Amino acid sequence: MSVLVYIPTHEGRATKVGLEVASYAATISSDNKVVALVSGDLTEDGGIGSTGVSRVLHFEANISDNSQISKLVSAAAKAEGAQTIVLSGNNEGKAIAPRVAISLNAGYVPGVTSTTGGKSFTRNVFSGKATAIVNVQADISVVTITPNSFGIKVQGDSSAIIESFSTEVGDERVTLNSFTPTSTDGSVPLPEAVRVVSAGRGLKGPENWGIVEDLAKALGATTACSRPVGDMGWRPHHEHVGQTGITIRPDLYIACGISGAIQHLAGVNQSKVIVVINTDPDAPFFKAADYGIVGDVFEVLPKLTEAIKAL
Amino acid sequence: MKLLVCVSKAPDTTSRISFTDEGRSFDESGVQFIINPYDEWYALVRAIELVEANGGSVTTITVGDASCDPIIRKALAIGATDAVRVDTTPKDSTQVARLIADYSKNEGFDIILCGKETIDHNSSAVPAMIAECLDLPYVALATSLEVSGSESTIVTEVSGGTNNVTVSGAFVLSAAKGMSEQRIPNMRGIMSARTKPLKVVEATDVTQTTEVTEFKLPPAKGDCVLVDADNAEELVRLLREEAKII
Ligand SMILES: Cc1cc2nc3c(=O)[nH]c(=O)nc-3n(C[C@H](O)[C@H](O)[C@H](O)COP(=O)(O)OP(=O)(O)OC[C@H]3O[C@@H](n4cnc5c(N)ncnc54)[C@H](O)[C@@H]3O)c2cc1C
Ligand SMILES: Nc1ncnc2c1ncn2[C@@H]1O[C@H](COP(=O)(O)O)[C@@H](O)[C@H]1O
Repeated sequence: MSVLVYIPTHEGRATKVGLEVASYAATISSDNKVVALVSGDLTEDGGIGSTGVSRVLHFEANISDNSQISKLVSAAAKAEGAQTIVLSGNNEGKAIAPRVAISLNAGYVPGVTSTTGGKSFTRNVFSGKATAIVNVQADISVVTITPNSFGIKVQGDSSAIIESFSTEVGDERVTLNSFTPTSTDGSVPLPEAVRVVSAGRGLKGPENWGIVEDLAKALGATTACSRPVGDMGWRPHHEHVGQTGITIRPDLYIACGISGAIQHLAGVNQSKVIVVINTDPDAPFFKAADYGIVGDVFEVLPKLTEAIKAL
Repeated sequence: MKLLVCVSKAPDTTSRISFTDEGRSFDESGVQFIINPYDEWYALVRAIELVEANGGSVTTITVGDASCDPIIRKALAIGATDAVRVDTTPKDSTQVARLIADYSKNEGFDIILCGKETIDHNSSAVPAMIAECLDLPYVALATSLEVSGSESTIVTEVSGGTNNVTVSGAFVLSAAKGMSEQRIPNMRGIMSARTKPLKVVEATDVTQTTEVTEFKLPPAKGDCVLVDADNAEELVRLLREEAKII
């Protein structure tokens, strides 16, 4: 089965989500017919060969408009006769992939979390409260994978062959005026974070977030918050997780002073391990947790931070 | 300005989710349906604000059967000018998008606004697909939208930050938190909604490309292991040795 993956790069190297997409494609293509597609700067093979992908198509121009990238991906898919096209389910991938699906008359499955084989894919629905098995009825499948669902699998240190690829992608119609980074402290963006420390109204006020940040720092985690905390302006909106905020899937989610309302759980219940710290033993969050401490965050968090630093 | 807002019906956020028909269909019994929150709070309200400031009209479009009419009336009560319902039970996002594109291609809408995703399908697919069908620019995850003449300036959520972008002419947008505040319909809105036009149109011939073969509920979590509040070291040990996560 021939698979095409679109790999986002940063300063010439494949990004983390890009390497995850490549690793995933290498596992679904039994006869290893995976071709990677990259646009813009590329240094050597950008690290893509390490995932087992042996060919990289390189489109030299730097493009960011989803209609242009979609034209590029569709053209490459046609040129390669790809039956499955895989993109990351990050914000950019979610905007490009549906366009590719329409242009190739393909079936589209967003946010795949596991593959049943062939044209059958598993994804989360109902805001993480259920999963669905989706069958593609068209000849071509376009899928995105939820970041951090499959992980990066390094196969060795081989490098991929680079072939230049060109096609007509049309004009840029969305003009970028400016970019404002959310995390100035260099931490991983929330949707891609492997560890997350999150806090709610139990923290009492924005001035108390130091203990949350200290724990996050000790763990190399990204911080998040419940919706009221975002609404009251205690924390920036982009940290709000849940049904109406960001959906995340980290390996570790530590919830501090969050009650565990159903709308909050919807955004975090796919986490691999959930730890809850709450003074109320009846807080609903304990029912969704793997580990819990019934206790006061103001006492527990500093101790936990020390215990982690002692490792 | 002439705006189109895509409005879908979604189960209330507190609904218990269960399935019938051997896991093939969502069990709607006892479920309260609402306007998909992103469509209502962000896309619809922002569209209404823009028309209040600049003049024009806000049309809503819904692909669905007659069971969608109550939520469509609510959208009219909040302030939409008129509504269209494409009368079919859609099977997947491709079908929804193609039907909306078919309806709107000759209507000359300036902006087509969608929510960022439906809270049942969570696909985030329909707006990008509409854009592709109509060959329009698409701006995803917009948190603010300002329009001046034919130029729109939008702030969008991208990986690692936000972009400030400009588009000229018609485009499709998906709305995320920050665009506007929820509006509760007032009595006058509710009364006038009863007589506002809700046009039902027949679906064009569009086939589905995917099919859900089975829904499953996640496996029940095992019991939560409680650790004493004075023993943070024990929690760290469990995370390291048992969960093998740190
Ligand atoms: C349509 C809709 C969508 C929503 N979407 C979201 C969403 O996306 N995300 C979201 O988070 N919410 C969402 N909500 C809100 C949600 O229902 C809850 O109100 C919210 O999650 C509660 O936030 P919280 O847990 O921080 O606050 P609370 O519910 O007030 O909980 C605070 C918790 O802190 C504990 N506590 C207090 N003091 C301490 C202490 N010293 N140490 C330890 N624990 C302490 C308390 O026991 C309590 O359990 C939504 C609601 C609706 C209606
Ligand atoms: N049946 C529908 N009728 C009208 N608009 C819809 C429908 N389904 C989805 N949409 C729109 O497309 C957005 C994204 O939906 P989805 O791709 O299903 O996550 C929603 O927020 C709506 O604005």
